[in-house]
Amino acid sequence: MMKTEVNIAGVTFKNPVMEGSGTFGSGMEYSEFVDLNRLGAVVTKGVANVPWPGNPTPRVCEVYGGMLNAIGLQNPGIEVFCERDLPFLAKYDTRVIVNVCGRSVEDYVEVAERLSGEDRVDMLEINVSCPNVKEGAIAFGTDRKCLENITKEIKAHTKKPVIMKLTPNVTSIAEMAMAAESGGADAISLINTITGMKIDIERRRFALANKTGGMSGPAIKPIAVRMVYQASHAVKIPVIGMGGIATGEDAIEFMMAGATAVSVGMMNFVNPYATTDCIKGIEDYMTRHGIEDINEIIGCV
Amino acid sequence: MKAKVTGKVISQSCIAPGIYDLRIETDLAQDAHAGQFVGVFTKDASTLLPRPISICGVSDDKKSIRLVYRVAGKGTDEFSGLEEGDEVKLLGVLGNGYDIEKLSSIRTSAPSRVLLLGGGIGIPPMLQLARELSAAGVKVISVMGYRDDRTFLLDEFTAYSDTYVATEDGSLGTKGNVLDAVRENGIEFDCICACGPMPMLRAIKTFAGEKKAFISLEERMACGVGACLGCVVKTGEVNHHSHVNNARICTDGPVFEASEVEI
Repeated sequence: MMKTEVNIAGVTFKNPVMEGSGTFGSGMEYSEFVDLNRLGAVVTKGVANVPWPGNPTPRVCEVYGGMLNAIGLQNPGIEVFCERDLPFLAKYDTRVIVNVCGRSVEDYVEVAERLSGEDRVDMLEINVSCPNVKEGAIAFGTDRKCLENITKEIKAHTKKPVIMKLTPNVTSIAEMAMAAESGGADAISLINTITGMKIDIERRRFALANKTGGMSGPAIKPIAVRMVYQASHAVKIPVIGMGGIATGEDAIEFMMAGATAVSVGMMNFVNPYATTDCIKGIEDYMTRHGIEDINEIIGCV
Repeated sequence: MKAKVTGKVISQSCIAPGIYDLRIETDLAQDAHAGQFVGVFTKDASTLLPRPISICGVSDDKKSIRLVYRVAGKGTDEFSGLEEGDEVKLLGVLGNGYDIEKLSSIRTSAPSRVLLLGGGIGIPPMLQLARELSAAGVKVISVMGYRDDRTFLLDEFTAYSDTYVATEDGSLGTKGNVLDAVRENGIEFDCICACGPMPMLRAIKTFAGEKKAFISLEERMACGVGACLGCVVKTGEVNHHSHVNNARICTDGPVFEASEVEI
């Protein structure tokens, strides 16, 4: 019997495949394509204490082998999320990781506290790495001390296991991983998008209204694999790896680099079945290589 | 039910400079209606996102769809090379489309008179709409706007509607835009459906005044299914889904009542 179950901070996942926050809504839209029961977890779109309208359009553009986005964390706020999205997710036998965003420490804490009483929430993922909002978010994720402090603050206000989602837009990902760990994070996830820019040369204009955006997609995968390797070797807490994952082979690569679980992000847009295809691909790989327990390959290189 | 499927090209032809007429055999045709669109994927892995293209026609046997599109970049340039028998990946059917029943019920006297306004590459979705409205017993008046006399699809509108034309250079029909043609011909109507460039849609929103206008919007899209929140339009009221003043063009639209959106 093949074992695909993994454990992160005491939470067991039936398999290591999740999707990247912001690429899957709260699961509703993609439930038309995939059976959410198959997934290791659903990671929700970032949710704040109050509704956020997000950035002006154009918010997305295509780049070679990927895309840029500057959505600006549009979300309906925590109350709507708890009344509409959580009951929807409660119908499924999968883990629920709620991605939390904010502009100040108080914003994050308010959402974390509000979710503490929600049984349907298994873990929190703290977005301190969005490159597309002016205040908060990435400011917390690019400074060692800030990251450690906000991790401590959030940990002090919730009993749920906390994943800190890290940005690749730093000099040393290992240092940031260690800062999250020393702040008490139960796990880290990386990478969020890489800040990029595209210029429409015919119109002499930025392709995105926000000028800069976060790059995602297969083109960033080697950067993500490298960072997952460096981060996972710098800390003892588990790592959730992501960045351009499209197939089971990609997922295996991230796990060999040191990830305990993986997320499919932009590739959901290209292949709405990418998450379940990844699960099948992992199982095929295990069969092909006679692997009984997926945990055997974590960090094996 | 939305799905990503493999369609088979039945035929393709160039019907005007840079404008292609592509017919694809696909199960998606079963549920396809006027105003909806499909995402078309390139084979080139450097251009990953689906290209949203509106549905110009659905075959009578509901086995194929017709897409009329303009070559606007790398993706559509690749599509223009598709030939009979080629496979093409599609995501669909996407978007809300036009509500035929609602359009039939907006009237001062029976039957209701629906004015269709199409500009440039906004013309193709109007053809399927003309067809569905005409089948529903609605009186259809079509006014299509082109740059010059190199028109496309124009004669097909005459089967379903009273058809007028406007050209920017005056080489055919009214010289000017579609609204100039509406005024010049003294066209009377109960409501408007329109698709075309943003300045045209803005002018139509103002022109409609008290009458209802339903406009089909376009925006840079990623997922096409309402998850990524990339393609939004500002709304006057708080949107029921987003709980902010934004609606998703790919799922809440692409057809909106003009008075509800801030364009």
